[in-house]
Amino acid sequence: MRKIWDFHGGIHPPENKHQSLTQPIRRAGIPAELVLPLNQHIGAPAEPIVEIGQKVLKGECVARPAGFISVPVHAPTSGTVTAVEERQVAHPSGLATECIVITSDLEDRWVEHAGIPDWTSADKATLLACIRDAGIAGMGGAGFPTAVKLGVNPRGGSIDTLVLNGTECEPYITADHVLMRERAEEVVAGTRILQKLVEPKETLLGVEDNKPDAIEALRRACEGTDMDVVVFPTKYPSGGEKQLIEILTGRQVPSGGLPADIGVVCQNMGTAVAVYRAVVHGEPLISRITTVTGEAVAQPGNFDVLLGTPMSFLLELSGFSADRLQRLVMGGPMMGFTIPDAAVPVVKTTNCILAPTEKELPPPPPAQPCIRCGLCAEACPASLLPQQLYWFSRGKEYEKLEAHNLFDCIECGACSYACPSNIPLVQYYRASKAEVTQLKRDQAKSEHSKTRFEARQERLQREAEEKEAQRRARKEAAEARARQAAEAGSAEQDPIQAAIERAQAKKAAAQEGEETPQRPAVAQLDPAQLAIERAKAARAVSADQSPAEKARANLERLQERLAKSEAKLTASREQGAEATIIDALEAAIEKLRPKLEVAQQEVDALGDEAQPKPAPAAEEKDAAQLAIERAQAARAATADQSPGEKAQANLERLRQRLAKSEAKLAASREEGADDSIIDALEAAIEKLRPKLEAAQREVEELKAGQEA
Amino acid sequence: MYEWIAQQPFLAALIALVMLGAVFGALLGFASEKFKVEGNSVVEDINAILPQTQCGQCGYPGCRPYAEAIAEGEAINRCPPGGEAGIAQLADLLDVEPIPLDEAHGEEAALPSVAFIHEEDCIGCTKCIQACPVDAILGAAKQMHTVITSECTGCDLCVDPCPVDCIEMVSEELTLASWHWDLPSRDDSATIIATDRIATDRDAA
Repeated sequence: MRKIWDFHGGIHPPENKHQSLTQPIRRAGIPAELVLPLNQHIGAPAEPIVEIGQKVLKGECVARPAGFISVPVHAPTSGTVTAVEERQVAHPSGLATECIVITSDLEDRWVEHAGIPDWTSADKATLLACIRDAGIAGMGGAGFPTAVKLGVNPRGGSIDTLVLNGTECEPYITADHVLMRERAEEVVAGTRILQKLVEPKETLLGVEDNKPDAIEALRRACEGTDMDVVVFPTKYPSGGEKQLIEILTGRQVPSGGLPADIGVVCQNMGTAVAVYRAVVHGEPLISRITTVTGEAVAQPGNFDVLLGTPMSFLLELSGFSADRLQRLVMGGPMMGFTIPDAAVPVVKTTNCILAPTEKELPPPPPAQPCIRCGLCAEACPASLLPQQLYWFSRGKEYEKLEAHNLFDCIECGACSYACPSNIPLVQYYRASKAEVTQLKRDQAKSEHSKTRFEARQERLQREAEEKEAQRRARKEAAEARARQAAEAGSAEQDPIQAAIERAQAKKAAAQEGEETPQRPAVAQLDPAQLAIERAKAARAVSADQSPAEKARANLERLQERLAKSEAKLTASREQGAEATIIDALEAAIEKLRPKLEVAQQEVDALGDEAQPKPAPAAEEKDAAQLAIERAQAARAATADQSPGEKAQANLERLRQRLAKSEAKLAASREEGADDSIIDALEAAIEKLRPKLEAAQREVEELKAGQEA
Repeated sequence: MYEWIAQQPFLAALIALVMLGAVFGALLGFASEKFKVEGNSVVEDINAILPQTQCGQCGYPGCRPYAEAIAEGEAINRCPPGGEAGIAQLADLLDVEPIPLDEAHGEEAALPSVAFIHEEDCIGCTKCIQACPVDAILGAAKQMHTVITSECTGCDLCVDPCPVDCIEMVSEELTLASWHWDLPSRDDSATIIATDRIATDRDAA
């Protein structure tokens, strides 16, 4: 006899198991419609791989696992896929979730399938793949993918003990009990496969002492194997994984840990049978044993039922009378939950359908204040302080809840059962667990958002700085360009400079007074400006002139212009100026001639007063003109140098520069200098020429003025 | 030495105390330099409680500025996304009385929501991208935009800038994965004691 241990707390509720034990396992048969939820396990929902209208055979995979912690779903019988839609499932929320609906053809034709009869020589990976492909999830109630649990030990330690859980401590439920009683060989065969996968030092089949027939069957089946059937006193909740491990090994799973941490793997009896059927016969998990019990059914018992069968179908088979029902519960009275509608399907974790009457399971009496009696703490199998947790839950003190190990609560309901004030303690813990989980998720999300927000701010700032830097660089480049241009290109700037100076000079002249409209002593005045000033002067003096005088003045002006134009023309021809310039000058002269003739005729017509003058207009000036010229001369004389001398000097300078440039150009050409130098020299000469012409004209004019 | 101490006990004590003071002062000074805490830890703590939606409903341009304002004495009830739970946490941290949420800044949503872009209406103006504080919108000029749901904080700052009103805030759907038990409702009967109940039963009968 093995030594057994005890765990803290626990309760002894009325068992009510005998009702469903009177009959052997019955086959439920094939319902007209099967509803297969895609999420019958813990982990990611499976992904459907069938289309509406598709014919499927019994055992055919209809949804593949989506991710590592996920299992596939198989067709429990042959038929047609009629819908892939949201249907209400057995869940306390009463929410709908994605389901595959199969209308059965009642032929129950199997898909081609084969197990691994020689599984003893198969390797672990093959066996695990087989278990995974069979869609097996823990059948005790949680529904964790079995292949994941068997395949990897996240903490890396070795496993020394394999525990088969045949406890079934919850009242009313007898599914594992009848399984062990009637299919002990399958249980043992499945356990041998698990042994091969886990390679434990010892294998323990834990059964409570309230199942003597099951214990006997198991012991018989275990004869000649290295498996131990361990019997221990009945107490709720010894079927809890951690509690069972403590009973069998005396070791406690650490808070927040897994059984694997202390070298134990625990599997349900039903799971062992499913593994056996999958590996040896190649049958996926498409059916399970479900207890239908409670006083609202006439013939309570256990059914071998296809997954996806509506619960109402099973209830009908059991002689269900709806008018006696208080509420329909999936699972037992301790940990089960009320299901909203009897049409919901049986899934991989449905071990019991409880249909109690009002008398059997009365609605919970109203909760009364906690009297701090401490019965809950005595009952708690996880050695927690339920009363403290209750206060913290009510106060929403989540940090303290965690500090008091709320997450070690297995929600067994022993505390609620023990509570003399009928406080629904487990409901508080469930809600608080969800709140804490949600809070943690929110915190993680807010941390994530903060990181992203800060990264964005940083990026925006960086972009702004880059833009600013670019702008500054552009501005500096523009300034540098402007400076360079100012330094290097003073020659090119000459016209602008000259224009500015001209404007200044003009202003100065205007300030000098109107009676002495004179040419500013700037050498490089453009001809147009000079002409305008001359015209102004002429108008000023001709204000009180007779028509004859006016006509004569006009004639003189015209003659002057003609002479100038002719002089320019000859100069241009001599210098070999461009043809267009010469043409333009010729055209101008041609235009002037008729005007001159007209003016001459006018003068002639005006009679004696008008005295025709010969062509060189410079010698002849009328009185007003002469006066102006004189005044200018007088003004010029006040300066150190007369304008004439200045102009003369300027002209000389320009001539010298031109001569020098030409000499340089000739020398460069002879030496065969760079084209760029020659070009530059030529350009300089071209620029000098108009200046020279202007200076020449000025000198001539000034000379004319002086002579007059 | 001893003689001098014996003769001048008052001076000796004074000197000894001054020396002790100097030594401990130096120690404290060294410690304050060595174990200096960078930044304002209160602001950091407040900021850690705020939901980081960066929605600006509090009137500040982001969660951190509001955290700084709270540290300066701003009211703690201006954050609708944080809700009553957030206010309770802030009150706990700052040791003040929790106050109800200021409705002027918005109401606490029952379920978190995320932005959804009706992609057939999107003209690709990038205005929402510029508005999003956490870069949760993907798109380019004249290209259709979409919201990266897992990154969206539900701040709804992108809704207003949209010139074609193609952004909608969608509440997260309640699924089996997101559903959870609520705290048991506490009715008034919870306050009666057993003798009261017998009395009421008798009254009823």
